[in-house]
Amino acid sequence: MSGLLAAMLEATGPTLFHYVLVPLIKIAIVLFAGVLPLIMYLVLAERKVLGFMQARVGPNRVGLWGLLQPIADVMKLLVKEDVVPRRAVRWAFVLGPCLVVAPAFVIFSVIPFGPPAATEGGISWFVTDINVALLMVLALATLPVYGIILGGWGSNSKFSLLGGLRSAAQMISYEVPQGFALVGPLLLAGTMSLVGIVEAQRDLGMWFIVPQFVAFFVFLVAGVAESNRNPFDLPEAESELVAGFHTEYTGIRFALFFLGEYANMIVVSSVAVTLFLGGWLRPFPSVEALSFLDLSFLPAGLGGVVWFSLKLFVFLFVYIWFRGTFPRYRFDQLMALGWKWMIPLALVNLFLTGLVKVWV
Amino acid sequence: MPETYLPVLLALAFALILGGVILAASGLIGRGSGGRVKLSPYESGEPLLDPSRKRISILFFLIAIDFVIFDVEAAFLYPWVLVLREGGWPLFWSVMVFVALILVGFVYIWRKGGLDLKKRFRTRWQEASHG
Repeated sequence: MSGLLAAMLEATGPTLFHYVLVPLIKIAIVLFAGVLPLIMYLVLAERKVLGFMQARVGPNRVGLWGLLQPIADVMKLLVKEDVVPRRAVRWAFVLGPCLVVAPAFVIFSVIPFGPPAATEGGISWFVTDINVALLMVLALATLPVYGIILGGWGSNSKFSLLGGLRSAAQMISYEVPQGFALVGPLLLAGTMSLVGIVEAQRDLGMWFIVPQFVAFFVFLVAGVAESNRNPFDLPEAESELVAGFHTEYTGIRFALFFLGEYANMIVVSSVAVTLFLGGWLRPFPSVEALSFLDLSFLPAGLGGVVWFSLKLFVFLFVYIWFRGTFPRYRFDQLMALGWKWMIPLALVNLFLTGLVKVWV
Repeated sequence: MPETYLPVLLALAFALILGGVILAASGLIGRGSGGRVKLSPYESGEPLLDPSRKRISILFFLIAIDFVIFDVEAAFLYPWVLVLREGGWPLFWSVMVFVALILVGFVYIWRKGGLDLKKRFRTRWQEASHG
Protein backbone atom coordinates (compact mmCIF):
# COMPACT_ATOMS: atom_id res chain seq x y z
CA MET A 1 0.00 0.00 0.00
CA SER A 2 2.64 2.52 1.03
CA GLY A 3 4.75 1.46 -1.94
CA LEU A 4 1.84 2.22 -4.24
CA LEU A 5 1.33 5.64 -2.61
CA ALA A 6 5.04 6.41 -2.95
CA ALA A 7 4.89 5.53 -6.64
CA MET A 8 1.87 7.83 -7.08
CA LEU A 9 3.71 10.64 -5.26
CA GLU A 10 6.63 10.10 -7.63
CA ALA A 11 4.42 10.22 -10.70
CA THR A 12 2.24 13.25 -9.85
CA GLY A 13 4.37 15.61 -7.78
CA PRO A 14 3.61 16.72 -4.23
CA THR A 15 0.85 19.32 -4.81
CA LEU A 16 -1.36 17.16 -6.97
CA PHE A 17 -0.69 14.18 -4.71
CA HIS A 18 -1.41 15.86 -1.36
CA TYR A 19 -4.35 17.99 -2.41
CA VAL A 20 -6.08 15.95 -5.11
CA LEU A 21 -5.24 12.26 -5.11
CA VAL A 22 -5.06 11.58 -1.37
CA PRO A 23 -8.22 13.64 -0.62
CA LEU A 24 -10.08 11.84 -3.41
CA ILE A 25 -9.19 8.47 -1.90
CA LYS A 26 -10.16 9.74 1.56
CA ILE A 27 -13.49 11.14 0.36
CA ALA A 28 -14.28 7.81 -1.28
CA ILE A 29 -13.40 5.96 1.94
CA VAL A 30 -15.40 8.36 4.15
CA LEU A 31 -18.49 8.12 1.95
CA PHE A 32 -18.49 4.48 0.86
CA ALA A 33 -16.93 2.85 3.93
CA GLY A 34 -18.18 5.34 6.53
CA VAL A 35 -21.20 7.50 5.96
CA LEU A 36 -23.33 5.47 3.54
CA PRO A 37 -23.13 2.15 5.45
CA LEU A 38 -23.65 4.09 8.68
CA ILE A 39 -26.84 5.64 7.27
CA MET A 40 -28.11 2.25 6.10
CA TYR A 41 -27.55 0.65 9.48
CA LEU A 42 -28.73 3.73 11.34
CA VAL A 43 -32.13 3.21 9.75
CA LEU A 44 -32.10 -0.41 10.85
CA ALA A 45 -30.87 0.54 14.33
CA GLU A 46 -33.64 3.10 14.61
CA ARG A 47 -36.30 0.56 13.71
CA LYS A 48 -34.81 -1.99 16.10
CA VAL A 49 -34.42 0.42 19.02
CA LEU A 50 -37.88 1.89 18.49
CA GLY A 51 -39.18 -1.66 18.32
CA PHE A 52 -37.70 -2.55 21.69
CA MET A 53 -38.89 0.74 23.20
CA GLN A 54 -42.41 -0.12 22.07
CA ALA A 55 -42.18 -3.73 23.30
CA ARG A 56 -42.02 -5.32 19.85
CA VAL A 57 -39.21 -6.92 17.88
CA GLY A 58 -38.57 -4.69 14.88
CA PRO A 59 -37.38 -6.01 11.51
CA ASN A 60 -36.05 -9.57 11.91
CA ARG A 61 -36.91 -11.41 8.68
CA VAL A 62 -34.15 -10.44 6.22
CA GLY A 63 -30.94 -12.03 7.43
CA LEU A 64 -29.89 -12.67 11.02
CA TRP A 65 -31.57 -10.03 13.31
CA GLY A 66 -32.67 -8.25 10.14
CA LEU A 67 -29.07 -7.35 9.33
CA LEU A 68 -29.68 -7.54 5.58
CA GLN A 69 -32.79 -5.35 5.80
CA PRO A 70 -30.99 -2.13 4.67
CA ILE A 71 -29.78 -3.83 1.50
CA ALA A 72 -33.27 -5.05 0.73
CA ASP A 73 -34.60 -1.53 1.33
CA VAL A 74 -32.06 0.04 -1.03
CA MET A 75 -32.85 -2.48 -3.76
CA LYS A 76 -36.56 -1.90 -3.34
CA LEU A 77 -36.20 1.89 -3.54
CA LEU A 78 -33.99 1.60 -6.63
CA VAL A 79 -36.45 -0.46 -8.67
CA LYS A 80 -39.54 1.43 -7.54
CA GLU A 81 -41.50 3.52 -9.96
CA ASP A 82 -40.29 7.13 -10.21
CA VAL A 83 -43.38 9.32 -10.36
CA VAL A 84 -43.14 12.97 -11.37
CA PRO A 85 -46.62 14.50 -10.96
CA ARG A 86 -48.15 16.00 -14.06
CA ARG A 87 -48.43 19.52 -12.68
CA ALA A 88 -45.03 19.50 -10.99
CA VAL A 89 -42.37 22.05 -11.84
CA ARG A 90 -39.92 19.53 -13.13
CA TRP A 91 -36.57 21.28 -12.50
CA ALA A 92 -37.51 22.16 -8.92
CA PHE A 93 -38.88 18.67 -8.30
CA VAL A 94 -35.64 17.07 -9.50
CA LEU A 95 -33.27 19.57 -7.89
CA GLY A 96 -34.92 19.46 -4.43
CA PRO A 97 -33.68 16.06 -3.16
CA CYS A 98 -30.18 16.61 -4.60
CA LEU A 99 -29.87 19.89 -2.71
CA VAL A 100 -30.73 18.11 0.53
CA VAL A 101 -28.16 15.33 0.13
CA ALA A 102 -25.13 16.94 -1.52
CA PRO A 103 -24.26 19.60 1.14
CA ALA A 104 -24.30 17.01 3.92
CA PHE A 105 -21.80 14.87 2.04
CA VAL A 106 -19.54 17.87 1.43
CA ILE A 107 -19.48 18.72 5.15
CA PHE A 108 -17.87 15.37 5.92
CA SER A 109 -14.73 16.55 4.10
CA VAL A 110 -13.85 18.90 6.99
CA ILE A 111 -14.93 16.79 9.99
CA PRO A 112 -11.88 15.47 11.90
CA PHE A 113 -12.69 11.83 12.67
CA GLY A 114 -9.31 11.33 14.31
CA PRO A 115 -6.05 13.11 15.14
CA PRO A 116 -3.79 14.69 12.51
CA ALA A 117 -0.67 12.84 11.44
CA ALA A 118 1.76 12.50 14.34
CA THR A 119 4.78 12.21 12.06
CA GLU A 120 5.65 13.53 8.61
CA GLY A 121 3.95 11.34 6.02
CA GLY A 122 1.66 9.66 8.57
CA ILE A 123 -2.10 9.31 8.27
CA SER A 124 -4.31 12.22 9.34
CA TRP A 125 -7.89 11.15 9.97
CA PHE A 126 -9.68 13.89 8.05
CA VAL A 127 -9.94 14.85 4.40
CA THR A 128 -8.80 18.44 4.82
CA ASP A 129 -8.27 20.98 7.59
CA ILE A 130 -9.34 24.46 6.45
CA ASN A 131 -9.12 27.56 8.63
CA VAL A 132 -12.80 28.55 8.29
CA ALA A 133 -14.17 25.00 8.60
CA LEU A 134 -16.92 25.89 11.06
CA LEU A 135 -18.18 28.77 8.94
CA MET A 136 -18.30 26.45 5.95
CA VAL A 137 -20.22 23.84 7.94
CA LEU A 138 -22.78 26.48 8.92
CA ALA A 139 -23.11 27.73 5.35
CA LEU A 140 -23.55 24.26 3.88
CA ALA A 141 -25.94 23.18 6.63
CA THR A 142 -28.29 25.96 5.46
CA LEU A 143 -28.58 24.64 1.91
CA PRO A 144 -31.05 21.78 2.62
CA VAL A 145 -33.69 24.47 3.33
CA TYR A 146 -33.58 25.36 -0.37
CA GLY A 147 -33.92 21.73 -1.35
CA ILE A 148 -36.94 21.24 0.89
CA ILE A 149 -38.74 24.40 -0.16
CA LEU A 150 -37.99 23.75 -3.87
CA GLY A 151 -39.24 20.18 -3.55
CA GLY A 152 -42.34 21.28 -1.63
CA TRP A 153 -43.19 24.09 -4.04
CA GLY A 154 -42.21 22.16 -7.14
CA SER A 155 -44.52 19.25 -6.30
CA ASN A 156 -47.48 21.56 -6.85
CA SER A 157 -49.55 19.89 -4.17
CA LYS A 158 -51.12 21.58 -1.16
CA PHE A 159 -49.63 19.22 1.41
CA SER A 160 -46.17 19.57 -0.09
CA LEU A 161 -46.36 23.35 -0.22
CA LEU A 162 -47.47 23.66 3.41
CA GLY A 163 -44.91 21.11 4.56
CA GLY A 164 -42.14 22.88 2.67
CA LEU A 165 -43.08 26.28 4.12
CA ARG A 166 -43.28 24.98 7.64
CA SER A 167 -40.01 23.20 7.27
CA ALA A 168 -38.27 26.30 5.92
CA ALA A 169 -39.68 28.45 8.73
CA GLN A 170 -38.58 25.90 11.32
CA MET A 171 -35.10 25.42 9.93
CA ILE A 172 -34.28 29.10 9.57
CA SER A 173 -35.70 29.83 13.03
CA TYR A 174 -33.44 27.30 14.69
CA GLU A 175 -30.45 28.31 12.66
CA VAL A 176 -30.23 31.55 14.64
CA PRO A 177 -29.82 29.99 18.11
CA GLN A 178 -27.53 27.36 16.59
CA GLY A 179 -25.29 30.08 15.17
CA PHE A 180 -25.21 31.92 18.51
CA ALA A 181 -24.55 28.72 20.47
CA LEU A 182 -21.52 27.91 18.35
CA VAL A 183 -19.94 31.25 19.24
CA GLY A 184 -19.32 30.00 22.82
CA PRO A 185 -16.86 27.18 21.99
CA LEU A 186 -15.34 29.41 19.29
CA LEU A 187 -14.58 32.04 21.93
CA LEU A 188 -12.80 29.45 24.05
CA ALA A 189 -10.87 27.95 21.14
CA GLY A 190 -10.03 31.16 19.27
CA THR A 191 -10.00 29.36 15.91
CA MET A 192 -12.57 28.15 13.39
CA SER A 193 -10.59 25.15 12.25
CA LEU A 194 -12.32 22.04 13.59
CA VAL A 195 -8.97 20.35 14.19
CA GLY A 196 -7.85 23.46 16.03
CA ILE A 197 -10.98 23.41 18.21
CA VAL A 198 -10.34 19.83 19.32
CA GLU A 199 -6.69 20.66 20.03
CA ALA A 200 -7.82 23.65 22.10
CA GLN A 201 -9.92 21.27 24.22
CA ARG A 202 -6.86 19.09 24.71
CA ASP A 203 -4.78 22.11 25.78
CA LEU A 204 -7.54 23.31 28.12
CA GLY A 205 -7.66 19.83 29.63
CA MET A 206 -11.45 19.40 29.39
CA TRP A 207 -14.17 19.03 26.83
CA PHE A 208 -15.98 22.26 26.00
CA ILE A 209 -19.24 20.76 27.24
CA VAL A 210 -18.09 21.54 30.80
CA PRO A 211 -17.72 25.34 30.49
CA GLN A 212 -20.27 25.55 27.64
CA PHE A 213 -23.11 23.32 28.80
CA VAL A 214 -25.71 26.02 28.00
CA ALA A 215 -24.38 26.32 24.46
CA PHE A 216 -24.37 22.53 24.19
CA PHE A 217 -27.99 22.33 25.27
CA VAL A 218 -29.06 25.02 22.80
CA PHE A 219 -27.05 23.39 20.02
CA LEU A 220 -28.58 19.98 20.76
CA VAL A 221 -32.16 21.30 20.62
CA ALA A 222 -31.45 23.39 17.54
CA GLY A 223 -29.67 20.47 15.90
CA VAL A 224 -32.64 18.16 16.38
CA ALA A 225 -34.93 20.85 14.97
CA GLU A 226 -32.56 21.51 12.04
CA SER A 227 -32.57 17.89 10.99
CA ASN A 228 -36.38 17.75 11.26
CA ARG A 229 -36.42 14.96 13.82
CA ASN A 230 -38.79 14.24 16.71
CA PRO A 231 -40.04 16.05 18.66
CA PHE A 232 -39.61 18.72 15.97
CA ASP A 233 -40.65 16.69 12.93
CA LEU A 234 -43.47 19.04 12.00
CA PRO A 235 -42.55 19.27 8.32
CA GLU A 236 -43.68 15.69 7.92
CA ALA A 237 -46.36 15.61 10.61
CA GLU A 238 -48.31 12.74 9.09
CA SER A 239 -51.48 13.41 11.06
CA GLU A 240 -51.82 16.90 9.57
CA LEU A 241 -49.82 17.08 6.37
CA VAL A 242 -49.74 13.49 5.02
CA ALA A 243 -45.96 13.49 4.50
CA GLY A 244 -45.12 17.18 4.27
CA PHE A 245 -42.71 18.26 1.58
CA HIS A 246 -42.09 14.75 0.26
CA THR A 247 -45.74 13.78 -0.21
CA GLU A 248 -45.37 13.52 -3.98
CA TYR A 249 -41.97 11.84 -3.98
CA THR A 250 -41.56 8.15 -4.73
CA GLY A 251 -38.78 5.64 -5.25
CA ILE A 252 -35.25 6.91 -5.41
CA ARG A 253 -36.10 10.60 -5.13
CA PHE A 254 -37.86 9.91 -1.85
CA ALA A 255 -34.83 7.86 -0.83
CA LEU A 256 -32.60 10.88 -1.47
CA PHE A 257 -34.67 13.01 0.94
CA PHE A 258 -34.47 10.18 3.44
CA LEU A 259 -30.72 9.84 2.93
CA GLY A 260 -30.39 13.59 3.40
CA GLU A 261 -32.27 13.52 6.70
CA TYR A 262 -30.04 10.80 8.14
CA ALA A 263 -26.88 12.35 6.69
CA ASN A 264 -27.84 15.61 8.39
CA MET A 265 -28.36 13.77 11.67
CA ILE A 266 -24.82 12.44 11.39
CA VAL A 267 -23.49 15.88 10.45
CA VAL A 268 -25.11 17.55 13.46
CA SER A 269 -23.85 14.76 15.74
CA SER A 270 -20.32 15.00 14.32
CA VAL A 271 -20.20 18.77 14.77
CA ALA A 272 -21.50 18.44 18.34
CA VAL A 273 -18.92 15.74 19.13
CA THR A 274 -16.13 17.88 17.65
CA LEU A 275 -17.09 21.13 19.33
CA PHE A 276 -18.40 20.01 22.70
CA LEU A 277 -17.36 16.43 23.37
CA GLY A 278 -13.68 16.67 22.52
CA GLY A 279 -13.72 15.04 19.08
CA TRP A 280 -11.14 12.27 19.06
CA LEU A 281 -9.96 12.95 22.66
CA ARG A 282 -10.50 10.44 25.46
CA PRO A 283 -12.57 11.45 28.52
CA PHE A 284 -10.65 13.68 30.99
CA PRO A 285 -7.81 14.38 28.51
CA SER A 286 -5.70 16.09 31.21
CA VAL A 287 -5.70 13.27 33.78
CA GLU A 288 -2.44 11.32 33.36
CA ALA A 289 -3.71 8.28 35.25
CA LEU A 290 -6.30 7.64 32.54
CA SER A 291 -3.84 7.75 29.64
CA PHE A 292 -4.40 4.03 29.00
CA LEU A 293 -7.77 5.18 27.58
CA ASP A 294 -5.85 6.71 24.66
CA LEU A 295 -5.80 3.20 23.17
CA SER A 296 -2.28 3.97 21.98
CA PHE A 297 -1.67 0.28 21.25
CA LEU A 298 -3.77 0.81 18.13
CA PRO A 299 -1.71 1.94 15.12
CA ALA A 300 -1.62 5.45 13.63
CA GLY A 301 -4.01 7.25 15.97
CA LEU A 302 -6.83 4.79 15.38
CA GLY A 303 -7.70 5.06 19.08
CA GLY A 304 -8.93 8.59 18.40
CA VAL A 305 -11.22 7.33 15.67
CA VAL A 306 -12.62 4.75 18.10
CA TRP A 307 -13.45 7.48 20.63
CA PHE A 308 -14.99 9.71 17.96
CA SER A 309 -17.18 6.85 16.75
CA LEU A 310 -18.29 5.94 20.27
CA LYS A 311 -19.40 9.51 20.98
CA LEU A 312 -21.09 9.71 17.58
CA PHE A 313 -23.06 6.52 18.30
CA VAL A 314 -24.18 7.85 21.68
CA PHE A 315 -25.47 10.96 19.94
CA LEU A 316 -27.30 9.01 17.28
CA PHE A 317 -28.84 6.84 19.96
CA VAL A 318 -30.09 9.98 21.74
CA TYR A 319 -31.79 11.01 18.48
CA ILE A 320 -33.63 7.69 18.34
CA TRP A 321 -34.37 7.86 22.06
CA PHE A 322 -36.01 11.26 21.54
CA ARG A 323 -38.17 9.77 18.84
CA GLY A 324 -39.26 6.97 21.13
CA THR A 325 -40.02 9.33 24.02
CA PHE A 326 -41.36 12.76 23.08
CA PRO A 327 -44.66 13.68 21.47
CA ARG A 328 -44.57 16.18 18.64
CA TYR A 329 -44.64 19.92 19.29
CA ARG A 330 -47.35 22.13 17.88
CA PHE A 331 -46.09 24.56 15.23
CA ASP A 332 -46.52 27.74 17.28
CA GLN A 333 -44.97 26.08 20.36
CA LEU A 334 -42.00 25.12 18.27
CA MET A 335 -41.46 28.64 16.96
CA ALA A 336 -41.97 30.14 20.42
CA LEU A 337 -39.42 27.74 21.91
CA GLY A 338 -36.85 28.73 19.31
CA TRP A 339 -37.34 32.48 19.42
CA LYS A 340 -38.31 33.09 23.03
CA TRP A 341 -36.11 30.60 24.86
CA MET A 342 -33.23 29.41 22.74
CA ILE A 343 -32.13 32.78 21.33
CA PRO A 344 -32.09 34.65 24.69
CA LEU A 345 -30.38 31.67 26.33
CA ALA A 346 -27.69 31.58 23.66
CA LEU A 347 -27.18 35.35 23.85
CA VAL A 348 -26.74 35.28 27.64
CA ASN A 349 -24.23 32.47 27.27
CA LEU A 350 -22.41 34.46 24.59
CA PHE A 351 -22.23 37.55 26.82
CA LEU A 352 -20.93 35.64 29.85
CA THR A 353 -18.38 33.66 27.84
CA GLY A 354 -17.06 36.84 26.22
CA LEU A 355 -16.84 38.51 29.62
CA VAL A 356 -14.83 35.64 31.06
CA LYS A 357 -12.63 35.44 27.98
CA VAL A 358 -11.60 39.10 28.14
CA TRP A 359 -11.30 39.09 31.94
CA VAL A 360 -8.99 36.10 32.27
CA MET B 1 -3.44 27.94 2.26
CA PRO B 2 -5.89 28.04 -0.64
CA GLU B 3 -4.96 24.54 -1.77
CA THR B 4 -6.41 23.10 1.45
CA TYR B 5 -9.81 24.12 0.05
CA LEU B 6 -9.35 21.99 -3.04
CA PRO B 7 -10.56 18.79 -1.34
CA VAL B 8 -13.83 20.57 -0.46
CA LEU B 9 -14.44 21.26 -4.14
CA LEU B 10 -13.57 17.65 -4.90
CA ALA B 11 -16.07 16.50 -2.27
CA LEU B 12 -18.74 18.70 -3.89
CA ALA B 13 -18.05 17.18 -7.30
CA PHE B 14 -18.08 13.73 -5.71
CA ALA B 15 -21.43 14.35 -4.00
CA LEU B 16 -23.04 15.70 -7.19
CA ILE B 17 -21.76 12.78 -9.27
CA LEU B 18 -22.95 10.33 -6.63
CA GLY B 19 -26.42 11.91 -6.68
CA GLY B 20 -26.47 11.78 -10.47
CA VAL B 21 -25.39 8.14 -10.53
CA ILE B 22 -28.06 7.12 -8.01
CA LEU B 23 -30.77 8.89 -10.03
CA ALA B 24 -29.48 7.42 -13.31
CA ALA B 25 -29.32 3.91 -11.84
CA SER B 26 -32.91 4.18 -10.72
CA GLY B 27 -33.90 5.54 -14.11
CA LEU B 28 -32.29 2.53 -15.79
CA ILE B 29 -33.62 -0.30 -13.62
CA GLY B 30 -36.75 1.33 -12.22
CA ARG B 31 -40.10 0.88 -13.89
CA GLY B 32 -41.69 3.70 -15.84
CA SER B 33 -44.87 5.41 -14.70
CA GLY B 34 -48.04 6.51 -16.36
CA GLY B 35 -51.71 7.13 -15.97
CA ARG B 36 -53.49 10.43 -15.79
CA VAL B 37 -54.94 9.83 -12.34
CA LYS B 38 -51.71 8.55 -10.88
CA LEU B 39 -49.84 11.63 -12.04
CA SER B 40 -52.25 14.09 -10.43
CA PRO B 41 -51.30 15.70 -7.11
CA TYR B 42 -52.26 13.85 -3.94
CA GLU B 43 -55.42 15.18 -2.34
CA SER B 44 -56.41 12.33 -0.01
CA GLY B 45 -58.05 10.44 -2.85
CA GLU B 46 -60.48 13.19 -3.79
CA PRO B 47 -60.50 14.59 -7.31
CA LEU B 48 -58.58 17.86 -7.55
CA LEU B 49 -60.91 20.80 -6.90
CA ASP B 50 -58.74 23.89 -7.18
CA PRO B 51 -55.12 24.70 -8.06
CA SER B 52 -52.44 24.22 -5.39
CA ARG B 53 -50.96 27.66 -5.86
CA LYS B 54 -52.60 29.41 -2.94
CA ARG B 55 -51.83 32.69 -1.26
CA ILE B 56 -49.35 32.06 1.53
CA SER B 57 -49.65 33.47 5.04
CA ILE B 58 -47.59 36.63 5.56
CA LEU B 59 -46.33 35.07 8.82
CA PHE B 60 -43.82 32.95 6.95
CA PHE B 61 -42.46 36.09 5.33
CA LEU B 62 -42.13 37.82 8.71
CA ILE B 63 -40.25 34.85 10.13
CA ALA B 64 -37.89 34.97 7.17
CA ILE B 65 -37.24 38.70 7.74
CA ASP B 66 -36.54 38.09 11.46
CA PHE B 67 -34.18 35.33 10.45
CA VAL B 68 -32.20 37.53 8.06
CA ILE B 69 -31.68 40.17 10.75
CA PHE B 70 -30.45 37.73 13.37
CA ASP B 71 -28.38 35.58 11.09
CA VAL B 72 -26.50 38.60 9.80
CA GLU B 73 -25.85 39.51 13.43
CA ALA B 74 -24.51 36.02 14.10
CA ALA B 75 -22.30 36.25 11.00
CA PHE B 76 -20.81 39.51 12.32
CA LEU B 77 -20.01 37.84 15.64
CA TYR B 78 -17.77 35.16 14.14
CA PRO B 79 -14.79 37.38 13.17
CA TRP B 80 -15.22 39.23 16.49
CA VAL B 81 -14.72 35.98 18.36
CA LEU B 82 -11.37 35.32 16.72
CA VAL B 83 -9.79 38.68 17.60
CA LEU B 84 -11.46 39.26 20.98
CA ARG B 85 -8.32 38.44 23.00
CA GLU B 86 -6.23 41.06 21.20
CA GLY B 87 -9.02 43.63 21.14
CA GLY B 88 -9.74 43.50 24.88
CA TRP B 89 -12.46 45.53 26.60
CA PRO B 90 -13.01 48.23 23.90
CA LEU B 91 -13.74 45.54 21.30
CA PHE B 92 -15.93 43.58 23.73
CA TRP B 93 -18.12 46.55 24.65
CA SER B 94 -18.39 47.92 21.12
CA VAL B 95 -19.81 44.61 19.87
CA MET B 96 -22.05 44.38 22.93
CA VAL B 97 -23.53 47.75 21.96
CA PHE B 98 -24.21 46.29 18.52
CA VAL B 99 -25.88 43.23 20.08
CA ALA B 100 -27.89 45.51 22.37
CA LEU B 101 -29.17 47.50 19.39
CA ILE B 102 -30.37 44.31 17.74
CA LEU B 103 -31.91 43.27 21.07
CA VAL B 104 -33.99 46.45 21.10
CA GLY B 105 -35.46 45.29 17.79
CA PHE B 106 -35.95 41.81 19.22
CA VAL B 107 -37.86 43.14 22.23
CA TYR B 108 -39.93 45.28 19.87
CA ILE B 109 -40.90 42.27 17.74
CA TRP B 110 -41.68 40.30 20.89
CA ARG B 111 -43.83 43.06 22.43
CA LYS B 112 -45.67 43.54 19.14
CA GLY B 113 -46.57 39.83 19.20
CA GLY B 114 -44.44 38.95 16.20
CA LEU B 115 -43.28 35.80 17.96
CA ASP B 116 -46.74 34.69 19.14
CA LEU B 117 -47.74 32.67 16.13
CA LYS B 118 -50.69 31.08 17.87
CA LYS B 119 -52.34 34.42 18.57
CA ARG B 120 -51.73 35.57 15.04
CA PHE B 121 -52.91 32.40 13.38
CA ARG B 122 -55.99 32.38 15.61
CA THR B 123 -56.99 35.93 14.62
CA ARG B 124 -56.64 34.91 11.01
CA TRP B 125 -58.82 31.86 11.55
CA GLN B 126 -61.45 33.96 13.31
CA GLU B 127 -61.41 36.50 10.49
CA ALA B 128 -61.78 33.68 8.01
CA SER B 129 -64.67 32.04 9.86
CA HIS B 130 -66.57 35.29 10.54
CA GLY B 131 -65.86 36.81 7.15
